[in-house]
Parts: sequence; structure tokens; C-alpha cells
Amino acid sequence: MKLICDSLTCERGGRRVFENVTFQISSGEALIVRGPNGVGKSSLLRVIAGLVAVRSGKMALEGGIEDRTVPEHCHYFGHLDALKPSLTALENLSFWRSFYEPVELAGFSSDATLGASEALETLEIGHTAHLPAAFLSAGQRRRLSLARLLVVPRPIWIMDEPSSALDAASERTLLGLMASHINGGGIIIAATHLPLDLPNTKYLEFSRGDGRDDEGLAEDYDGFGDSGDFL
Amino acid sequence: MNWMTALFVREFKIAARVGGGALIGVLFFLAVVTVFPFGVGPDLKMLARIGAAVLWIGALLATLLGLDRLFQADREDGTLDLLLMSGRPPELIVLVKCAAHWAATGLPLVISAPVLALFVNLEPTAIGAVTLTLLVGTPALTLIGAVGAGVTVSLRRGGVLLSILVIPLAIPVLIFGVSAATAAVGGPTPFLTPLLYLCAISLFALVLGPVAAGAALRVASD
Repeated sequence: MKLICDSLTCERGGRRVFENVTFQISSGEALIVRGPNGVGKSSLLRVIAGLVAVRSGKMALEGGIEDRTVPEHCHYFGHLDALKPSLTALENLSFWRSFYEPVELAGFSSDATLGASEALETLEIGHTAHLPAAFLSAGQRRRLSLARLLVVPRPIWIMDEPSSALDAASERTLLGLMASHINGGGIIIAATHLPLDLPNTKYLEFSRGDGRDDEGLAEDYDGFGDSGDFL
Repeated sequence: MNWMTALFVREFKIAARVGGGALIGVLFFLAVVTVFPFGVGPDLKMLARIGAAVLWIGALLATLLGLDRLFQADREDGTLDLLLMSGRPPELIVLVKCAAHWAATGLPLVISAPVLALFVNLEPTAIGAVTLTLLVGTPALTLIGAVGAGVTVSLRRGGVLLSILVIPLAIPVLIFGVSAATAAVGGPTPFLTPLLYLCAISLFALVLGPVAAGAALRVASD
């Protein structure tokens, strides 16, 4: 499986956010999008997730399921937790488990076959299963939201600042889960400021154009690193 | 569990639990209907004549009351993004959400209508007729309202705009609903004709509402 993005350009509210972003990423690889605030990292992730219309450029997935769009192969783990405060943690998670269409592909072995309560245990929030989500802390809400990625198999994980609000231990769990997703043949596209120590990592650098005028907000990437090392 | 059942159960639970707003509609309905006799005065004949219309207007306003949150709540907490990425058709998602919304807020209006009809001095036949027309017509209100909710999903104060958009479209429902209910207690038209028109509007809304609202949600996701 290979995700190919060719000269993507995005405009939001009449403003050019980024232009000519080109990259390819195959099964078993992670792409870390880096750059200062406001250069369009989140917009790029939302474009790939199909949540923001692309102005020009193409996006294609080789080796995916034929009649499905790219976003339908993806999990989006963004800033918003998508939790309903009046439902319990388990109800929130079980819903996504029954509702989301799973994606099974040859060459992608996912451990996302967990039951809802097992996923909660994995993320160490099993004891909150029967609490309404309104009573969870920010970190617990975040982990509950992450648990969604573990109960429905989908090969592409799009993660926007995945480690925000997580403590050190949960961050290690998160890294472990991301690494095993990559090792299982999945793809991760993440925007983050923190060093993420993942196998097979590529980097996409966003930098601010000169003077930050309307046209030059963001540039395309300046090359890939091929190791998991950070700078 | 089937995905549509799962969505229905979840939406119904959210609406029925604290803060979900299912009871608000009924209470508002009660408030509107009880206010009328005070305003009109103790003229029982007059009340009986306008009773069906009062109930219908109350039901229309009560339905509109909760509709602005139908998609907006999901948009604010990020659920809408995930729903659109789920691989399920947005039209069916809208349809199931409307069904759950109607079951939680529209159906209680229908059930409470016979009791509230006593406040406006309706005779038994008229009570039956108005309840039946509400049962047939309120789904149309929810489905037409869903289109407005989809269009105004990204507006912070979309509720007022929603009402302005939806009320003109809901007028045919109101006309046929009230005329069927009044025809039941004697009028120039038979009861069945306006009732069938009302059924037709509901079926029309059942098809058009989800398609239009689904399209609106696709465009609004930015």
C-alpha cells in the first residue's frame, strides 16, 4: 500500500495555506510533519483526511480497497476528542467500534481487533469504563479517544499532536502502539513538535515563506530524513 | 451491532439523558399550549375551533427548538469529522440521526398531544384526529429541519437562522395537518384528503431531507 500526494495546495477562507506539497509514503512507514505554528500542518492532515477540500493536486492510494476513498482508509486523531459527556467511556468507545467501517488489507496486520473493554485496559483507563466521559480528566479523555484507533482496524493513522495532554507513561504507551502499527504494515502521518522515536520515519518540513505574505505562507518540504533520529 | 442500530441507540441515549434536551421540547410544547387559553379568554367554542391549530403551532415550535443542535453539537466536539470519515453514507447517517431525534423529541409531543388537547377543549374525535396528524406530520418537520440544521451547522448562532429558513418550508405541513384535524369534526373537505397530502409531504421529506442535509454537511466540513 502506498499513499501518493502530488502537489497538494490548500486554501482556507480565501487564504493560501500551503502549496505544492508532494510526498509518498508506503506501508510500514511514518511521516512526521514538522514546522512552526500556523504553517499548515493541521490543514495538511485535514486535507488527507478529506475534511478540508483540496484546491489543486492529487491524492491517491495504491493497494487500497478499490471503491473506497482515501479518508475511508484513515483514522483521524485530532485535537477534538469526539466524546459525548453524557455517555460512559465504554459506551463512547463501543459506538465507534460498531459504527466505523473496518478496513482489512493484505499486508496489513492490525492488532486493532481488541474489544472495547480490552482497549480501555491497554490504555490503562479500564477503571473508568462505566464513568460518564464528562468526569474524565483531559489525559483520560485523550486516551479514550485514542482507544478508537485500537478497536477498528484502519491502515492509515492521521495524528495531530498525538501526545498532547498525555503524561510520560501514556506517551510511552502511545509510542509503542504507533510503532506496532508501523511494524504491522500500517502508515502513520503525524504532526508533532516532540521527538517521536518511531521506526522508518520520514520527515516533511514546513517552513514559513519570506515575509509571510499571502502567497508565501508555506513551502514544500526540504527532503526526507530516512532514520528515526531527530535532527 | 449493526452500525445504524448503534448510531440510533447512541443518539437516542444522548438525547434522553441529562442535558440532552428531549424533555425540553415537551415542556415547551406544554408552555405554548397552556398560554393560549389565557390569551384567548374563556370562550370554549373559540378554543375548540382554533385548538388543532394551536397544537400544531406548538408542535412546530417545539420541534424547531432542539433542531439547531442536531449536527452542531457533533461538529463542536469533532464527532462530525469522524462520522464523515466513517465510510458510511452521510445521507443514511442523517436519516438515522433524524429518526433518533424524532423518537426522542417528536414522539413525546405526539404522546402528550391528547392530554394537551383537553386544555383547548377539543372533542374526542378532534383529539384523535390531531394526534394522528401530528404522528404523520412531525417526522416531516424533523426532516425538513435537518436540512436547515445542516446548512447552518457552522454558524455559532445558527438557531434563529434555522427557524427563519425552516418555517416557510414547514408551512405546507402545517396547512395540511390543521386542515385534516379540523376536517375530522366536520368541514367542507373530507378528513382523508388532507391527511394523504400530509403523508405525501412526509414521504417527500424522508427522501429529500437526508440527501440535502448530507450534501450540506459535506460542504460544511472545513
